[in-house]
Amino acid sequence: MQVEAALGRAGLWFGVLLISLVFAATARDSGFAAHATIIAIVSFVLMWISVARFDPMGKARGFFQMPDGPSRYDDDPIRWGVLATMFWAIVGLLAGVFIASQLAFPQLNIEPYFNFGRVRPLHTSAVVFAFGGNILIASSFYVVQRTCRAQLAFPSLARFVFWGYQLFIVLAASGYLFGVTQSREYAEPEWYVDLWLTIVWVAYLIVFVGTLVRRTEPHIYVANWFYLSFIITIAMLHIVNNLAVPVAWNGSLSFSAFAGVQDALTQWWYGHNAVAFFLTVPFLAMMYYFVPKQAERPVYSYRLSIIHFWSLIFLYIWAGPHHLHYTALPDWAQTLGMVFSVILWMPSWGGMINGLMTLNGAWDKVRTDPIIRMMVMAMAFYGMATFEGPMLSIKAVNSLSHYTDWTVGHVHSGALGWNGLISFAAVYFLVPRLWKRERMYSLRMINWHFWLATLGIVFYASSMWVAGITQGLMWREYGPDGYLVNSFAETVAALHELYIIRAVGGVMYLGGAVIMGYNIWMTIVGRLREEVPMGAMPHYDPDKDRPIARPITPEPAE
Amino acid sequence: MVNKRIDGPTGTETVGHEWDGIEELDTPMPRWWLWTLYLTIVWGIVYVILYPAWPLVDKATEGVLGWSSRGELAKEMSVVDQGRVTMREELSRIPIERLPENSKMFTQAVAGGRSAFQVHCSQCHGSGAAGSQTLGYPNLNDDDWLWGGDIKAIEYTLTNGIRAPGVEKTRASIMPPFDGVFEPVQLEAVVNHVLSLSGRGSRNALGAQTFQDNCSVCHGTVGEGNRDLGAPRLNDAIWLYGSSHEQLRNQILKPKMGRMPHWSDRLDPVTIKMLSAYVWSLGGGEEFVEVAADPAVKVDAEP
Repeated sequence: MQVEAALGRAGLWFGVLLISLVFAATARDSGFAAHATIIAIVSFVLMWISVARFDPMGKARGFFQMPDGPSRYDDDPIRWGVLATMFWAIVGLLAGVFIASQLAFPQLNIEPYFNFGRVRPLHTSAVVFAFGGNILIASSFYVVQRTCRAQLAFPSLARFVFWGYQLFIVLAASGYLFGVTQSREYAEPEWYVDLWLTIVWVAYLIVFVGTLVRRTEPHIYVANWFYLSFIITIAMLHIVNNLAVPVAWNGSLSFSAFAGVQDALTQWWYGHNAVAFFLTVPFLAMMYYFVPKQAERPVYSYRLSIIHFWSLIFLYIWAGPHHLHYTALPDWAQTLGMVFSVILWMPSWGGMINGLMTLNGAWDKVRTDPIIRMMVMAMAFYGMATFEGPMLSIKAVNSLSHYTDWTVGHVHSGALGWNGLISFAAVYFLVPRLWKRERMYSLRMINWHFWLATLGIVFYASSMWVAGITQGLMWREYGPDGYLVNSFAETVAALHELYIIRAVGGVMYLGGAVIMGYNIWMTIVGRLREEVPMGAMPHYDPDKDRPIARPITPEPAE
Repeated sequence: MVNKRIDGPTGTETVGHEWDGIEELDTPMPRWWLWTLYLTIVWGIVYVILYPAWPLVDKATEGVLGWSSRGELAKEMSVVDQGRVTMREELSRIPIERLPENSKMFTQAVAGGRSAFQVHCSQCHGSGAAGSQTLGYPNLNDDDWLWGGDIKAIEYTLTNGIRAPGVEKTRASIMPPFDGVFEPVQLEAVVNHVLSLSGRGSRNALGAQTFQDNCSVCHGTVGEGNRDLGAPRLNDAIWLYGSSHEQLRNQILKPKMGRMPHWSDRLDPVTIKMLSAYVWSLGGGEEFVEVAADPAVKVDAEP
């Protein structure tokens, strides 16, 4: 780096530092001041790095043993993305276990920073946007390069996307603990954090589309359709739902551009499509690349992928109103939300069929390859969750399930089963390739992870089904004299044991992720565990392969 | 670039493209999948004809069934109300002190009262009506009543509240603050005297004299309390704001005085009657004295 350029950069960061210090000093509330301080610290570190002409990434790359030298593809931001995925997965799951324990044991609410109200959005954002978002950005950069046979366009912008997204996560997560929130589910960060994410997201779109444009393949592979629809739609949803007027430029508080039922509908149009275009569509993209690669089989049906892609993205965008059944939302909007949700059933299943049937001719690998096993379980949970979703959107069912833990169980069978397992499988696929290792450190640990995660989900989902139906039935229970039987507090007390079971399920799922973290670390440092291959036949002794000798004449029975 | 081939294990032709080693088979869409999709679409079309669905200029299509969620709610509520109307009418006619005699009506009223209690009262008194012995929410299961425990007195309390601001007939009294009135020795002595009334503290002359001069007007000479003034009984083991030395001292120096909202403008008289019956039925309910003394006297329904 030239000295002039270094000084110029240092001056730029010095300017950012000064501005953030001014904001921190004049802020109207402590949360905004804390955020301005975070920005000031980041810019100070960047300024210091520029002045010292220090190459921290080089040292850090050495620490994480990242391969050097030219590669066919630009994999550096993907390696960072995989590490960030693993880190945020453990943070997010830990927060989840913590709030699950708070629900069973309210004494664990630590006021004010670690009460349920503040840690709960930290958990949802950490798992959805930090864990999910990082694996989506990393895997999309990996897949788009391979399937386009082109290097990433705008390499420095791609690095900005990764680091800028991490800054978004830090600002969002710390904001929840400081009490900075606009109280919109899955869109809690305040206006200035939203603006930052918009900048990062547009940069992401530019990198992704730029790489598609540079492709040397005549056709765009199906995974990239899914990734592209994810990037475009999330940009639209994010901008519209976060339209807000800040009270002041030096304070965190803002007010939504919408009011009343319009505000609620905008929020759930966003909220449901966050499920659709963040947690479904791009994870299907991962499935469309990693399942055929790991199984080494062709995709089951090209025609199915076209029809289910277009029907899925056309139908999903309408489904939001089913979150507002039996509310002030007009009946017509509720009807449309429900009808489109039910029609969505088969388009959702199209993805599952295409994924599972890709294993035709390779089903034996379920026995020997724990990564395939994990993928199959992910697709099975995807199928279950996308059947349960349309069912819960039916008004008669919803009148029982709404506001109960059934919804929580439904979300987690999708999030833990589908998003979690397919992401873990993708990371297991990526790490040996990105770090140029022969294989993962231990396949048997992947198997342990698979079983811990699966059992954890079973504990979680089944306890929440029982809890939700219990709640729904208790709320509506009428006595023979025609009066409601239960108080709300009694319905809460009835769930105590189920909440404990749910927390145990969460601990198992977290335990699997910790094993995974160890396995990945050992792979990165280049170790291979000596172990019996999966599915190998145990030692065979032909001498023992004979019937047990019996007496010729049986004893007479007494 | 098109390079179609027949895939071995499935015997299906590929589409002919390849990305990073991934090919696609040209399998037709599964029939069951396609037909289920068509079926849900047909069902959707029928549903949006039957129910309100499409937004137009002024309002949305209403659906040929004429269904609306407001209409459905009104219908369901009217069915429930119809079922209760006879009972409510009878309840509104019967004088409350006669209610316990009519066992069928009384059972009905207790059931309705329990339901209303869970919604309106359990926040303070607890879902089992056990209250709190330190926070000032009376336990309603015992026979220790601040303002009277016959069914009529309970109804009066529910209707008018306790120290409810702006309510003319609310039950009201004040425990005066003694901060700065007593010498420290005197304070300790009276605390001990009050505890001795229920057999805990040490009896002493100074405390007895201080109690006699300052407290007995309301709380009675032996701490038996006074329901006309809502002055709590002090010679039993039941406490409203705690029974430790510290808590007693605080209550003498800077007394806490609980409030209960009046329910007359939030609940209808029949619901209040049912709540009274429920609270009365919990175990500590007392006989209505006037009726017991002379059943022939016609009792005014007004409290």
